[in-house]
Parts: sequence; structure tokens; C-alpha cells
Amino acid sequence: MIRALRTCFIALACIAFSAVLGASIWVIAGDPGQGNLSQLLSENMSRSGVEHPVTAVLLNFRSYDTLLEIGVLVIAGIAGISMSKTTSLEDPELRTSDPLLYALQRWFIPLMLVLAGYLLWAGADRPGGAFQAGAVLAATGVLMRLGGIPMEFLRPGLLLRLGLALGFSVFLLAAVVSVIGGDAFLAYPPGMAKPLILVIESVLTLSIAMVLLALFVSAPVNDAEDPEEGDPS
Amino acid sequence: MTDWLLDGLLVFALLATAASALLSRDLFRAVVVFIAFGLLMAVAWVRLQAPDIALAEAAIGAGLTGVLLLDAVSHLGNKRQTALRQTRGSHRQGSDQS
Amino acid sequence: MTPSLLYAMAGAVLCGIGLFGLLRLSHLLRKLLAFNIMGSGVFLIMVGLPQHHVGPDPVPQALVLTGIVVAIAATALAVVLIRRYYHQSGMASLEGEADSREGGPL
Repeated sequence: MIRALRTCFIALACIAFSAVLGASIWVIAGDPGQGNLSQLLSENMSRSGVEHPVTAVLLNFRSYDTLLEIGVLVIAGIAGISMSKTTSLEDPELRTSDPLLYALQRWFIPLMLVLAGYLLWAGADRPGGAFQAGAVLAATGVLMRLGGIPMEFLRPGLLLRLGLALGFSVFLLAAVVSVIGGDAFLAYPPGMAKPLILVIESVLTLSIAMVLLALFVSAPVNDAEDPEEGDPS
Repeated sequence: MTDWLLDGLLVFALLATAASALLSRDLFRAVVVFIAFGLLMAVAWVRLQAPDIALAEAAIGAGLTGVLLLDAVSHLGNKRQTALRQTRGSHRQGSDQS
Repeated sequence: MTPSLLYAMAGAVLCGIGLFGLLRLSHLLRKLLAFNIMGSGVFLIMVGLPQHHVGPDPVPQALVLTGIVVAIAATALAVVLIRRYYHQSGMASLEGEADSREGGPL
């Protein structure tokens, strides 16, 4: 009885929350607003070094957000790895012995690697970029892991640390160098915007893929070590 | 008119999948419906003229999240059943589902 | 009323649904699903509302793009934590909340 009453109460509260949110959206939508960010953006596109507006916002105009975002990702990755309980981060027990998966792997892994590279490259003037490419790269890694392909670089060691930190450190380096050069934080020197963005995007792709893959890999907990939790048989 | 119909149907499908992902009894089914929700979100981003987000959502929302959650469900579900069996005292052979 | 506004409204409803799930469901994985649905609602509002007047707007789109990647990282970290918690305590729901049948709703 109390349970049903509580559910009712929570449901009512959530409906009220939605209604208030919807009403405020309606009010805000009715107001034309003054800030015209998209116009400002299209006026400054020529200075950004890339042709695709979303990439320009991500890596030039609002690159501070992206810098903090990769920082958050690295912290999440480190937290995930430190919580993991598997002895080797790639243990044979988790392999899926599915013949279909093996057959698909031969076709999919090269294809997905090429797709990730294309997405990274396409980010300059078409939809695409570091985030999508990183996600596809991470998915490739997940596929490889499910098929039990050994991945040396995921063992705790220099390569893992380097991969996790590479994107953030290169990005931070670019930011700090521009400060030392007497410019604003994260202001790319004129003429250098395009190559810098390309370098940063490439290392971001690697790091994003690495963080996501590390988080996926560190999820399993080995049951074998704790007998009281294991299967009774 | 057709656009409105499409948008309306898409929004309805989004809300329906979201609700049934939360309310379905079976956890595995909930996760599968949630993956469908992610795919519908990708379509919604295309309708909102945001192809970048659509690409990311398709790769992340449908692919990575799906694998991650399904993996977790098979793990948790497997162990919950074992725990239930343990408490009931019936020691049936647990099916290995790795 | 434009399609963008329709999606923003749908986002508001999704926020409500997600909030309900977050508060009411006991199973931690279901809470995680609810949290993700709530996040999707916020993203829809963030993109749909500014596009109501000016059409495609790259600035909120870029912000949402970073948001999605952070959301998947948070989800993955939460899955790691949930599995660890389950491993330690043998429960898939938080203490104090009754582990209802199959972790299902109501």
C-alpha cells in the first residue's frame, strides 16, 4: 500500500517536472532571443582552419570544452582501470567461441579501421571527426577483444598509460605553448590552425578509443578468485 | 505534412521505447529495447539536421553501449540466478554463459 | 511550432521518464538506463530549442557531441562500479531499497 502510494507520488512529481520543463521550453521558444551565435560563427569560419562548422566549434572556438572533456575521459579511464579486478586485462575466459564472429572479424576489423581513418579525415569539411572516429576505433577494439585477439597494449604498462594520456597532453601542450608565445590560452598561431587541429584530432581519436576500450576491458570481475560467490557446482 | 507525420511517429517511438526500456520485467529485454532507443535517437539527430551527433550516437549509443550493457546483464543475471538457486537449496547445474 | 520544438518537448518528457526510473527502479542497471534516457532528453532539449528559430546551429551540436562521449564514459565507469559492487555485496540494488522481484518495476 505504502509502496503504491510512493510510486504514485513519484510519478506525479515526475509528471510535474516534465510539465514545468515543457512550459519553460515553450516560453523560451516564444522569445526570439538576442544572442546570435550561429551568425557569429559563420562570419568567423574562414579563420578557423577547417570548413566544417561543428569541427571548428569543437577544436577551435570552444576548444577549452574539448580539452576539459578529454580530461574527464582520462580520469574516467584511470578510475575504471584502478577498479578492475582482472589479473590480466585480457583473459581467455571471456572469449566468445562463436564461429560467426571469427568469420566476421576478418572482414570487419580492417573495414572498421579504414572507416575510423575516413571519419577522422572527413571531419575537416563533412560530418565526422575525432569523436566518431574514436568511437569506431573503440568498437573495433571491443570486437577484437570478444574474439580473443591478444592486445598487448592493454596490459598495465607504458603503452596503456601513453595511450590514455597522449590526447590530453598534446592538447594541453598546444594550449600552453600558445600562452608562452604571448597569446591567449588555446589560441592557435595564425596559419598553423589546420595542421594543429589535425594533429590534435588524431591524438584525441587514439585517446578516446583507448579510454573507452580500457573501460570496457576493465568491467569484468573474475569470479574464480572468490569462492563464496562462485557457481555452486 | 509527411514530415510532421514522420516526426510525430519518431517522437512517439522514442517515448515508447524509453518507457518500455524502464518498465519491462526482463532486464535483458530492457537493454535490447534501450539499444533500439539509441538507434531511434540517431534517426532523431538526422531529423534535427545534426549528422555529426547522429554518427556518434549510432556508433556509441547502439554499438558500444549495447555491448557494454549486454555484457553486464549476462554477468549479473547469471549470478543472480545462481544466488537464487543457492538460497533455495536446489543445486542444479548452472549453465555457463560466458 | 517547428519540428525542432517538437523534439525539445519530447526531450522534456524523456527527462521526466528518466527521472521516474532513476527514483523508482531498484536495480542499479535499470537506474543506469534511466540515467541515460534522462541524458538523451537533455541533449534533445539542448539541440532542439536553439534550432527553433535559426535552423541548424553548430554550437549546441558540438557541445552535445562532447556530452555524448562523456555520457558513454560515465556509463562505462558506472558499469565497472556496479559489477564491482555486485561482486562485493551480492546485491544488484542499493541497501535500504527492497530488491523487488527480478529487479523489475513496481
